[in-house]
Amino acid sequence: MAIIELKNVSYKYPLTDSPALKNINLQVNEGEFVALIGPNGAGKSTLCYTIAGFVPHFFKGEISGTVEVAGSESSKSNLHEWVLNVGLAFQNPFNQISGAKYTVFEELAFGLENIGVPRDEMIQRVNDAMKLTGISDLADRSPYSLSGGQQQRVALTSILVMQPKVLVLDEPTSQMDPIGTREVFGVIRAMAERGMTVLMAEHKVEWIANFADRVVALHDGEILLEGTPQDVLTSDLLVEKAFGISRYTSVARKAKELGLWKGNRLPVTLEEAMDGFAR
Amino acid sequence: MRIEIRDLNFTYPTGVEALRGISLTIESGEQVAIVGQNGAGKTTLVKHLNGLLQPTSGTVHVGDWNTKEHSVAKMARRVGYVFQNPDEQLFSKNVGTEVAFGPRNLGMSAEQAERQIKDALTMAELSDKTETNPYDLSPTWRKMVALASVIAMDTNIVIFDEPTTGQDAASSARIANVIKVLRERGKTVITITHDIDFCAENFERVIAMSQGQILLDGKANDVLGQDEILATTYVDPPQLTRLGKKLGFKQTVRNEEEFLGELKK
Repeated sequence: MAIIELKNVSYKYPLTDSPALKNINLQVNEGEFVALIGPNGAGKSTLCYTIAGFVPHFFKGEISGTVEVAGSESSKSNLHEWVLNVGLAFQNPFNQISGAKYTVFEELAFGLENIGVPRDEMIQRVNDAMKLTGISDLADRSPYSLSGGQQQRVALTSILVMQPKVLVLDEPTSQMDPIGTREVFGVIRAMAERGMTVLMAEHKVEWIANFADRVVALHDGEILLEGTPQDVLTSDLLVEKAFGISRYTSVARKAKELGLWKGNRLPVTLEEAMDGFAR
Repeated sequence: MRIEIRDLNFTYPTGVEALRGISLTIESGEQVAIVGQNGAGKTTLVKHLNGLLQPTSGTVHVGDWNTKEHSVAKMARRVGYVFQNPDEQLFSKNVGTEVAFGPRNLGMSAEQAERQIKDALTMAELSDKTETNPYDLSPTWRKMVALASVIAMDTNIVIFDEPTTGQDAASSARIANVIKVLRERGKTVITITHDIDFCAENFERVIAMSQGQILLDGKANDVLGQDEILATTYVDPPQLTRLGKKLGFKQTVRNEEEFLGELKK
């Protein structure tokens, strides 16, 4: 069942002439993990903001079409109701940290305090969420004393602890170390398995290929392609439009021209690449 | 201009021991990438190179200058530092004045400053954006402004802290090109990065850090092939290095050219 449904959505930021989103139609099912890819400026963050209600409620501007999440329509809702269903982790974790709390633990409890969760439950949920994302050892540190990647884990955890139905993530691993990135993708995959719906803007195609159910490629405010990671990430159209593609796909394409690629389809993961080159 | 770090220890006022016994020499004109897990001490280390941080013990020399004996403002003549987050660095009302700020404050002649500014704007592909307020640009382009404002100072040493974070393929290629031009000009470039494929494709020397210490330091192929040691600092080898290893290549490969070369054997 679709939990996110966008119909003919177009949007212009205030004081701009050209639309950031053009006629977007998108359905995401409950428990689905959808990755959004596209060059900078393609509209990935704007689409994240739209689903999270920040567009238009916070950013203002002109929106047309309808945005529905979990049966409510964005234009008929308030942002403070909307955030109970949809959690957004910003691209820059620094923008998300409240500035009102001295420790990571308190920071993570901030959202729960604001919706009146009982104290015992709050402590339990914060501890569980920290364990899930592997930041229990940071509990007593100041959110501002952390490295970029650690801050990003805190920002993600502060959303997970709210247990939203829909998780919207704008490049949540951009400052993380490589294995940390893979771990966080694993955590997000596990959340999807438990029924949370995930929409993630991301450049790291290798991990999208391994973990996402579906890929939506945005270009110039429009949906260019949509489908399985295999189908979308090996499309020639991505190369043509200057998208980032995996090194496996890129090298296999060159090897194919040299007659050195034996696979049927171009690879997007290490396993597919091994398979095609080993034949 | 050689960088010489001896027995460097650094403890933050909070008690976090961020660097523990770092000794390191970087020769003039070297291109070095620093990799390693979040919190390994990478940023703390490079902040010692321009005096933003001072050693708790040990010494840092940049050429014949001991960083303890010179102000950050003076160190800025030798060491340019592009922050991880451009928003921590940008303050001018438009791109042109932002990029002009460094060279004008270093006391270059007007002509030389003009030349440097123009050169940096061209290199960062910002020539058409000089009148724009940096905060009206996307984060991608703000990063390029931060980069251009440092390049314009024409320092012997340039540090990039996570230059490709959140950048798309075209922008990463633009940054790779800037690094290439700096290499051709004989500049020392030190880059912190989690983008291990970018590291493999653009750097000849790689340093892996873990928990405030240097874990590995050597030629890119030698360092990037050591998957088990790298895993202890949360780094996966580059995609093509991993693939080459799985396919049983005898040599460690780190880019398409090397990969295809081995494949033909």
